[in-house]
Amino acid sequence: MSGGTAAGGRSLGRAGVAPWLRDRGVYVAFVLLLVFNLIVTENFASIGTLTNLLVQVSPVLLVSLGLALVIGTEGIDLSVGAIMALASAALPLYLGYGWPVAIGLSLFVGIAAGLVNGSLVAFAGVQPIVATLALLVAGRGLAQIFTNGQLLIVTDPVVLALGQARPFGIPAPVIVATVAVAVVAFLIRRTTFGRYVVAIGGNRSASFLSGHPVRRTLLAVYAISGLLAAVAGIVATARLGASDPSNVGVLIELSAITAVVVGGTPLTGGRIRLAGTVMGALLMQLISTTFISNNLPFTWAQVLTAGIILIAVYVQKGRGAA
Amino acid sequence: MATGQARAAEENVPAAGGRGGPSRRARVFAVLQRRGAIVVLLLVVAVASLRFDSFLTARNLENIVLQASFLGLIAVGMTFVIISGGIDLSVGSNLALGGVLAALVLPVAWPLALLLPVVVCGLLGLGQGLLIAKAKMAPFIVTLAGLLGIRGLALALADEQPVGVDNDSPFVWFGQGEILGLTVPIVFMLAAFAVGELVLIRTRYGQAIFAIGGNEESARLMGVPVDRTKVIAYATSGALAGLAGALLAAQLAAGQPVAGAGWELDAISAVVVGGTLLTGGAGTLSGSLAGVLLLGILQNLINQLGTLGSYAQQLVSGVFLIAVVLVQAYLTRKQRL
Repeated sequence: MSGGTAAGGRSLGRAGVAPWLRDRGVYVAFVLLLVFNLIVTENFASIGTLTNLLVQVSPVLLVSLGLALVIGTEGIDLSVGAIMALASAALPLYLGYGWPVAIGLSLFVGIAAGLVNGSLVAFAGVQPIVATLALLVAGRGLAQIFTNGQLLIVTDPVVLALGQARPFGIPAPVIVATVAVAVVAFLIRRTTFGRYVVAIGGNRSASFLSGHPVRRTLLAVYAISGLLAAVAGIVATARLGASDPSNVGVLIELSAITAVVVGGTPLTGGRIRLAGTVMGALLMQLISTTFISNNLPFTWAQVLTAGIILIAVYVQKGRGAA
Repeated sequence: MATGQARAAEENVPAAGGRGGPSRRARVFAVLQRRGAIVVLLLVVAVASLRFDSFLTARNLENIVLQASFLGLIAVGMTFVIISGGIDLSVGSNLALGGVLAALVLPVAWPLALLLPVVVCGLLGLGQGLLIAKAKMAPFIVTLAGLLGIRGLALALADEQPVGVDNDSPFVWFGQGEILGLTVPIVFMLAAFAVGELVLIRTRYGQAIFAIGGNEESARLMGVPVDRTKVIAYATSGALAGLAGALLAAQLAAGQPVAGAGWELDAISAVVVGGTLLTGGAGTLSGSLAGVLLLGILQNLINQLGTLGSYAQQLVSGVFLIAVVLVQAYLTRKQRL
């Protein structure tokens, strides 16, 4: 399952290892690391380890899905971590009125934040990196003002279930993330909206001249990214059992961008690889798991991640034209 | 001061407009866009002096500038990189690595504590520059990898603990000593801005930076050494971040591996607030200095108000950034018409 491509089709006549590695590198890396873990790491081959990996990856995965759409339009969203904090802080505020109100408000906050980003990008013509940088700086501060910088305990059973329940043995965050993957995959592959997204990323002026609703699409893309970040914030809050806007989603924008890029979506837009994004997020989580469960110093995992980003982008360069 | 790019910007207006000289309105917009930060800085200082008795004291002002001087050093390199059309997200991590390296080599010989961070971080910047210029990788992603990897290196080298600096070493003077009544890091920052402004306006290298940021392909066709210019810009940015880290370590008497987290964003904010376009090709170092001081003063004022928590500071910085960017977008749009 690969996402939509603007140009369509693969480049012909360039059979060989390099192009194949370009498209499938993230899977190869994941399998290699998996095999390494199966041999070296003790107690790795268990359902518990696997479920843990999936639960831990869920927030990053949710955020990465939104970022894949944004990056597909040749944009970037640095504010996802701050939106997670905002959504998390908004959750306990009106929990007294029942969980639907609280969750609704939380999601609304995420969408509203996304719309602010989207308006700046689509209507004011501000570069995505600056527009979302402003919210990255301001959003967490605002979230901390909501909660007075304190950690607020959440006790509502329905909200907690979103992070901790295990229907049919599958943890709720994994279900939420899977549903989100399916919805975004449908959006990209089966709707006009999805075609607009990659068309804008491929060539914004051409897309505009073809009569595509460029501004509305950009607005929607950033709103979806905000919504998914809010969902990630709710899931993270539910897992912790408390709203902690100072710590939830800190630096998650970097992990998510890494997942998207390593998965084969070029930062120049015009092409979205959703399966690659999912794999990229899993790969990043597996790297941390590998270092932690083998008692290796975690800081070197960061260095390794940096190396992987560079290699991934290096082998992808030049594909934009294909 | 009629700077090179100021002239260029004014010439742009009639060229794009098609007839006659630039209108007064266009000229006012152009000046506001470039010099707005200095105007706002003066206004804020004036209001703050009236509102707070303790603001306009030598001690408070020196404190503000000292706090801002480390970010200032970083902002100099960032201005070069952004005018060339790039971005450097690795500066905060480079600052941390610089501080840790300084503290680690201090027992060997104190001059090394100043030299090694500059060299190592400069080389890391050089490496990133090579990947960006020669391998044609996106600056955003290369320096993002740098942000992660260099922070990891700093943490690993320091064993995730602050590394102590011997308070009796002459090295400490570089963070706490005074030259002509100014704390040493302030002198370093002012020198960096002065030298940077000269290089940017008066040298072939500075003009090459503007040319590349304006239109890289045209610059290449005109024979501007594009690759070399970019590599030097990133190397300078890394070296200045390393220097800032060493000075910060001297000031705090410790190399903190977690120092400078998020500073890349502060530096970008300061540079953008200072009127440098993120799209490259236009900007001033005096604006960046005003941007750095503005951020420092806002922080100081919020601390003085006391009723607002430290959270409010982030909120104010973010809203401020949005406001500036919106005004800039409006002004530059008018300028292009």
